[in-house]
Formats: sequence, structure tokens, C-alpha cells
Amino acid sequence: MYQHDILIIGAGLAGLRAAVEGVRNGLDVAVVSKVHPVRSHSNAAQGGINAPLTDRGDDWEGHAYDTIKGSDFLADQDAVEVMSREAGDAVIELERMGVIFTRDEDGKLGTRAFGGQKVARTFFVGAITGSALLHVLFEQSLKLGLNVYEEWFVTKLIIEDGVCRGVVAYDIKNGELHTIKAKAVIMATGGNGRVFEPSTQALICTGDGLSLAYKAGAPLMDMEMIQYHPTTLARTGILISEAARGEGAYLLNSKGERFMEKYAPDYMELASRDVVSRSEQTEIDEGNGIDGNVMLDLRHLGRDYIEKRLGYLQEVSLEFLGIDMAEELVPIRPGMHYLMGGIKTDLNGLTEIPGLYAAGECANVSVHGANRLGANSLLDTVVFGRRSAEHAVEYIKSIGANSKSENDLKLEQDRLQSILDRPKGENIAKLRDEMATNMTKGIGVWRDQKSIENALENLMSIKNRLPNISVEHKGKFFNTNLIFALELEFMVDNAESIIHGAITRKESRGAHFRTDMPDRDDENWLKHTLVYHDINQENNVRIETAPVTITKWEPIKRVY
Amino acid sequence: MGTNKESLLMNVNLKVKRFDPEDPESQTLWQEYKIDVHQDSTVLDALIHVREHEDTSLALRCACRASICGSCGMKVNGSAKLVCKTRVTEVSPNGEQIVVEPMGNHPVVKDLVVSLDTFFDQIKRVEPYVQPDHVPEKGEYIASNESMENLLTSMNCIMCGCCVSDCTVLEVDDNFIGPAALAKAWRFVEDPRDSKTSDRLKNLNDQDGGIWDCTRCMQCVEVCPKGVDPMDRIMELRESAINSGLTNSFGARHANSVNKSIKHSGRIDEFRLPIESKGYFNIKEILGLLLPGLRMLIKKRSPSPIHHKNPNQSKVKNIFKNFEDNK
Ligand SMILES: Cc1cc2nc3c(=O)[nH]c(=O)nc-3n(C[C@H](O)[C@H](O)[C@H](O)COP(=O)(O)OP(=O)(O)OC[C@H]3O[C@@H](n4cnc5c(N)ncnc54)[C@H](O)[C@@H]3O)c2cc1C
Ligand code: SF4
Ligand code: SF4
Ligand code: FES
Repeated sequence: MYQHDILIIGAGLAGLRAAVEGVRNGLDVAVVSKVHPVRSHSNAAQGGINAPLTDRGDDWEGHAYDTIKGSDFLADQDAVEVMSREAGDAVIELERMGVIFTRDEDGKLGTRAFGGQKVARTFFVGAITGSALLHVLFEQSLKLGLNVYEEWFVTKLIIEDGVCRGVVAYDIKNGELHTIKAKAVIMATGGNGRVFEPSTQALICTGDGLSLAYKAGAPLMDMEMIQYHPTTLARTGILISEAARGEGAYLLNSKGERFMEKYAPDYMELASRDVVSRSEQTEIDEGNGIDGNVMLDLRHLGRDYIEKRLGYLQEVSLEFLGIDMAEELVPIRPGMHYLMGGIKTDLNGLTEIPGLYAAGECANVSVHGANRLGANSLLDTVVFGRRSAEHAVEYIKSIGANSKSENDLKLEQDRLQSILDRPKGENIAKLRDEMATNMTKGIGVWRDQKSIENALENLMSIKNRLPNISVEHKGKFFNTNLIFALELEFMVDNAESIIHGAITRKESRGAHFRTDMPDRDDENWLKHTLVYHDINQENNVRIETAPVTITKWEPIKRVY
Repeated sequence: MGTNKESLLMNVNLKVKRFDPEDPESQTLWQEYKIDVHQDSTVLDALIHVREHEDTSLALRCACRASICGSCGMKVNGSAKLVCKTRVTEVSPNGEQIVVEPMGNHPVVKDLVVSLDTFFDQIKRVEPYVQPDHVPEKGEYIASNESMENLLTSMNCIMCGCCVSDCTVLEVDDNFIGPAALAKAWRFVEDPRDSKTSDRLKNLNDQDGGIWDCTRCMQCVEVCPKGVDPMDRIMELRESAINSGLTNSFGARHANSVNKSIKHSGRIDEFRLPIESKGYFNIKEILGLLLPGLRMLIKKRSPSPIHHKNPNQSKVKNIFKNFEDNK
């Protein structure tokens, strides 16, 4: 059995930022991560991180309002206020840790403009912002001598007397299961992109922490809020950033028409992410796509311009499709990009389970509401990663020593063994693909009562088949086959909560676009949906709602 | 326009090196897989297809599948690559067999998964974090954009280990700090916010396994998927070390250098030798003359200064081994 003051699950930006805070406070902190810290998905962020810097005339209220309006007024305004007020310090701190942000002529941090905001307040490092931030936080973790359980996979939260006291984790490298006890646990396990196909997210983004917290009794909030990105590469879903359309790329259907003319004649390709995604899907569904894609056309920009301004994207297109943007059309389609929903927390990252905190993409404080602004989620990870740890530092002062109980370890050992002992059954990858396709079909860029109900019905049958999946490989060392089985179980819980969120919200708001209820309904639905795992209910699911915190900005119609 | 789905498939013929720590006899096992995948597939797609549908025991690492997380370094047809950015048609244009092995210079955990513990130990040796001597009263450190963009070269490193895998010096001398860690060290030497520049340089210059141990074989430049070009960074570190008045103080290294050089490549590194032996008398001047020329040649990727391996290298290594065993 291992013991620590604070245990953090996840070594992405949220997890590492929390860890740094804990260590700085002189506590015994450890991080457990299923991949080496620098492999975490935070490395994929390209665009940047938002922050209103007050010393240069920007005000936090401007950023807060853009965020709230972007969220279609579903964000909690007190949470947004915290994020906007603390953003400047958070970014300056990252710079002081060693991040090599792009500078302006005066040698100060330079900015770029990003979608949905009136002021240029996005700080960035070339096209590798996420990677640059993650590597610098990793450097800090080396400096501080942080404990990391690397390639350990958390299978269960330990809850004793209703309080979270640690985890059971599986060492992928040698197949051993261990108990790690802690006085506080911070969940920072990132998104759940793989619940959908396609997704811009990494293959490791399987919503593990969301399921762990859900199963332990914490509610998941606004899970129906899934952001789709309009330009992901055909087949793989790899992201082609907004920059392409920003620089003037066209979207064409199979007839060669710039179809955005039909849907958003004023904004054309530059309409907001959700509008463009829906227009593309309409074209594809009406038979105007090519193999399920539409085409991104950059040819008119010319080779020089493309290489100078969009060199990185040209590289991606060449690397992954062998397509030269300067001469050929690039097949793209909308893909799952970001989860606005997540484990419900208060302003300090505390969930409804004492001792359990959550931060980053798996958490929902809620600052993104029904739609996240670009470059706001990196900010979310560092601000609320820090706050969770700060609060946990205080919380554990009144917490006694951990119990010696190893009950959960025994239960998990038996559970894993029973999975390994199953007779040959269904193929994990096939069932996963079926689930992911079902989700994109039913809870895609738009939904209606029927599509959601179908998705639920299919998911129920997938859930029934889940105990039939078999792990053919029984080895102890690096048995990824077993990991995929466990991840699939997690993903099915995620899918369930997403569908229940979607079926509950009887309106359209932000990313949740229902063709059968196309309008926002503030009277009835200016509130959060909460999904609880509850074994006393039908299907083990209980639905509640919670009010949205409005401080000073009254909801208005979201038009740009 | 639509295309026939069937015609988009192609046959891939993979030969994969397997290792199962639970079954030591499998150490030398090679396994072949013939599968059909989409014609745009990467080698990673093909391996994932195998692991999901043909042989669930096959172990490999991957996460982003977009060449940014650094998980998927492996040897493909003999040289280290990120398999997620290596398209099948690139390495097998006419359907040739594709040979996949774990990276070199890293101990194998299982199949294509290697331990990167030594890789990260090397990184730790260079104190990989900025160490400023003051904190600005308010706001950020002021630095020119050029000085920051300059660092991007090294910041692009995703710690995949490909350079370490194919480094010819690490093959024979595991004390060498290695290309990735030295490129990391360069980033801090060059960072205007860091206050330990001269200590860092002294360390890299004086320590056994430091900047003078690279034989400029250029393997790391060849295989680095992110354009970090570690060897160029090492040469710049040498130049900075010399410019800051450091001399290569290892006289005894003359012999050492001949020894290592012959052992690992079967040849004497003609370029390295004069530096290391004469260096002690007036190395600054000599290098001052040599470096610009060297740099130019490197930039042009001219083969002449490259330290080629002797084709009979393994024989030479054996001679050394026999000699050392008999010592
Ligand atoms: C392509 C792309 C581009 C983006 N660009 C931007 C951008 O420009 N700006 C912006 O603000 N946001 C961007 N985002 C969103 C942003 O990158 C993420 O929301 C954010 O990085 C998530 O960070 P995190 O710390 O919450 O999680 P992650 O970085 O995903 O880390 C999750 C961690 O949890 C660990 N973990 C998970 N499950 C387990 C388990 N069972 N056991 C143990 N450990 C586990 C993992 O190992 C990992 O260390 C982008 C996202 C994508 C996909
Ligand atoms: S150039 Fe130097 S560091 Fe690079 S692979 Fe060769 S010996 Fe190693
Ligand atoms: S220098 Fe290049 S090859 Fe070496 S670890 Fe970094 S990215 Fe990989
Ligand atoms: S899978 Fe991330 S670099 Fe290849």
C-alpha cells in the first residue's frame, strides 16, 4: 500500500499544475498517470491560451463577458469571473516557469486574435502551445522531484464512509494492482473524445475519470454539451485548425459549390464552429459529400502564401493524407473536439464527494457552459488545477490518517481476474466502434428526440453485450488488451450520461442543437442537467437539474 | 465523384519483432502479418489493426496519432521513426515487407514497447528547467521575440527517443548524455532568462559523456521527426563553450577517443581527433578556424565530414570485445 497527502490522477496540464501547487506547500504529493506525463493529451493544443492582462489595458470583464456569451449563458458567472480574474497571473506564472511565449516588439508577451472575442488576448507558442506548456510543467515537476506513478491505470476510487481516500491502480508495466491511499484526490483525467468517432482527441481520451467519479456517486453536469470542430481530416479526425478558414479557405461540396452560401451568406466559412459543422453535416447527409466528407479548398491562396502562413497545416495534410494543399482539395468533416460537460465541482474544484476534487476537461465548474471559446480550456486547466490543490491543502489539515483497509484492492483483483477468465467472446474494438458510431449518429452536430432515443436503445444493447467482451491476451506485462476492456467500460458510462443529458434538455443551446426544438428556452432551461449513477433507480440513472449562477450579465440572444 | 470503397484498401505485409518477458525464449521471435488496410494508412494504423483484430497480445505505445505526443517511436526498416507519421506507401511503395522493431539503445519492455527510464535520466542530468537569478517585479521577463523563437527549435522536441535510439555513440557508451538531452541543455544555455549559462556550459564541457563525446555521425539529425537537429545544437554548444573560454580539458581523452571511435564505427574520426588531442594546447584557435567550415558543411548536409561506419564494424567490435575480455 502506498500513501500520500494528495494524490492527483492525470499528468496533463490540470494535473501537473495541481501537483506543483501541492509540492510548493510542502506536502507529500503524487501523480498517477496511465501514460508518461508528456504524452498527455494537453500536448495537442495548438492555438493558445486566453488571458486578459490588466496592465496593458485589457479588462477581465471583457474576457468574462465573451466567455459567458460564448457559453450561450449556461456558464456559471461566478466561476467565469474567477477564471478571468486569475487568468493574467496564471499566464505570467507560466512564463516565469520558462514557457517561451511569442513576444511583441517590446519584448512582452505577444497576442493573437481568436474566435468569439472582441480583443486579441490569446497567448501562444508558435503552433505548439499545449506541448510547450506541458513540457515546461513537466520540467517543473522534475525540479521539484514530484512522485509520478507512470503508466499506472486507475481502476477504482476508494470511498470510505462517503469520503474519497485514494485509488486502486494497475501497473501496466507488470500487471500488478496496488492501493494508493491519500487524504485528498484530484481528478484530472481529461476528455472523452473516443466515445465518438471521429474525434480530434487522442486514443487515450476515454473519459476514465468521469466514469470513476460517476460510479462513486458524483454527478456529471451538462454532459450533452459536446463541441464539434468543423475541420477534421477525413478518416482520422486529426485537427485542421481554424487558421485555414481564417486565412480564406473555401468549403466545397461534391458539386464544387461553396455551400456556406446557403447557410450563412454573410459569414460564409467564417461562421461559428457549430454553424459550420451543422452545414457540412447537412451537405453530407443530403448526398452532396464525397465518401462522408466535404472539401476544404486552399488552392486559390497559392503555394507561397500557404507555406508561409499555414506551413504547419500543409505539413499535417501531407503527412497524414499525402495531400498537397496548394494543388489538391483536402477532405474534411466535423468531429468531436471538446467536452464542455464534466464532473460537477464548486469554485474550488470540490465535487459532491468530500475529498474528491476535479479539474481540467473532466471537470465542470462551469466556465464553458454550452460552448467553449477557443483557447479557454488551457486556461481552465491551470486556473482550476491550482485552485483545487490550494483548497485540498487546507482540507487535509483536518483529515486523520488513512485506514489500513485493503478491501477495494481485493475486490478489484477479483474483478480484473474475472474479466481475464471470460471465455472468448466479442471483440473489444468492434464493440467500441459500434458505440462510437452510434454516439456520433444520435448525439452528433444535431439531435432530436428520435435520434437520442435510438442512441439510448442502441447503447443499452451495447451495455448488455459489455460483459461478453473478452480479453484474449492474458499476459501480465503491458497487456493493453485488458486496458482497452476497462476503457470501454468507462466509455459506455460516459455515453450513458451524455445521452441522458441530451434527452433531458428540451431546448437548443450552444452545442446542443435539437432540430425538433430549435430555440433556446431560458424560461425552462436556463439550468444545468445533472446525471447521477444511482442503483435504486430504473437503469441506475437519476436526473436532476441545478440553477445557473447569474451575477451581472443578463442572458441575451447569442448572435455574432 | 465517389470512389469505390473496396479499391481504397491495400495489402500490407508486416514483419514485427516480438519479445515477451514472461517467455524468454521468444526473444528472437519475428512474426509476420498480412493485412488489408486503407491506402492512406500509416504504419501505426496497420499495427493498431493487428493489435485489435489479428493478435491482441501485440504491445505498442501510441496516443495522439498526430505526431505530437512522442509515444510511437519504433524502428521501421532499420531506422527510428514515429510510426503515426509514417505512411505505409512511404516505406513500402511497391508493397514490400515492412520490418518493425523496438527502438535501439533502450531496453525492451515488451514487443515494441521500450523503457525510457535512461532517456529521462539523461534529461535530468542537464537540470532541465530555467534558473533565473531574479523575479521581475511585475509581469513577465522581457525578452526579444527572436530570442524566444530561436528556442522553438529545441522546444519542438517531443521526447520520442528516436535520436537516442539511433545514436552511434550511445550504442557503445551509455554514459553519453545523448542527443535529446543535449538539445534540451542547449535550450537553457540559449534562454536569455537563465542565469546559469556558464555553469551549464562548464558542466557540459567538462563532464564525461558531455558535448565532446558526439562523433557527428548525424544519425540524430536524420531521424528526428521534429527538426530539432540535435547534432547542430551540440555543435553550437561546443562553440559557446569555447567562446566562453572553456577548453576541452581532457587530455587523456585522446586515447579514449581513438578507442571509442574505433570501437563503435570501426574508424578513427579524423576530424574529432585533432580537436581532442591538440585541443589542449590551443583548442580555441583551432576550433575557431574549424567550426565555421564545419557548420557550413552540416547545413548543406554534405557527406564529407560525416563519420561513416566501417562496413566491417561488427568485426572491429569483436576485436575490441576480445581484447577487453582478455584484459
Ligand atoms: C487537437 C486539439 C487542439 C486543442 N487546442 C486548444 C487550444 O488551442 N487552446 C485551448 O485552450 N484548448 C485546446 N484544446 C483543448 C485542451 O487541449 C484540453 O482540453 C486540455 O489540454 C485538457 O487538459 P487536462 O489536463 O484536463 O487533460 P489531459 O491533458 O488530457 O490529461 C489527462 C491525464 O489523465 C491521465 N489519465 C486518464 N485516465 C487515467 C486513468 N484511468 N488512470 C490514470 N491516469 C489517467 C492521462 O494519462 C493524462 O495524463 C485542444 C484540444 C484538442 C483535441
Ligand atoms: S551526431 Fe552525435 S549525438 Fe547525434 S547521433 Fe551522432 S553521435 Fe549521437
Ligand atoms: S530531439 Fe527529436 S528525435 Fe530526439 S527526442 Fe526530441 S523529437 Fe525525438
Ligand atoms: S502517437 Fe503520438 S507521436 Fe505517434
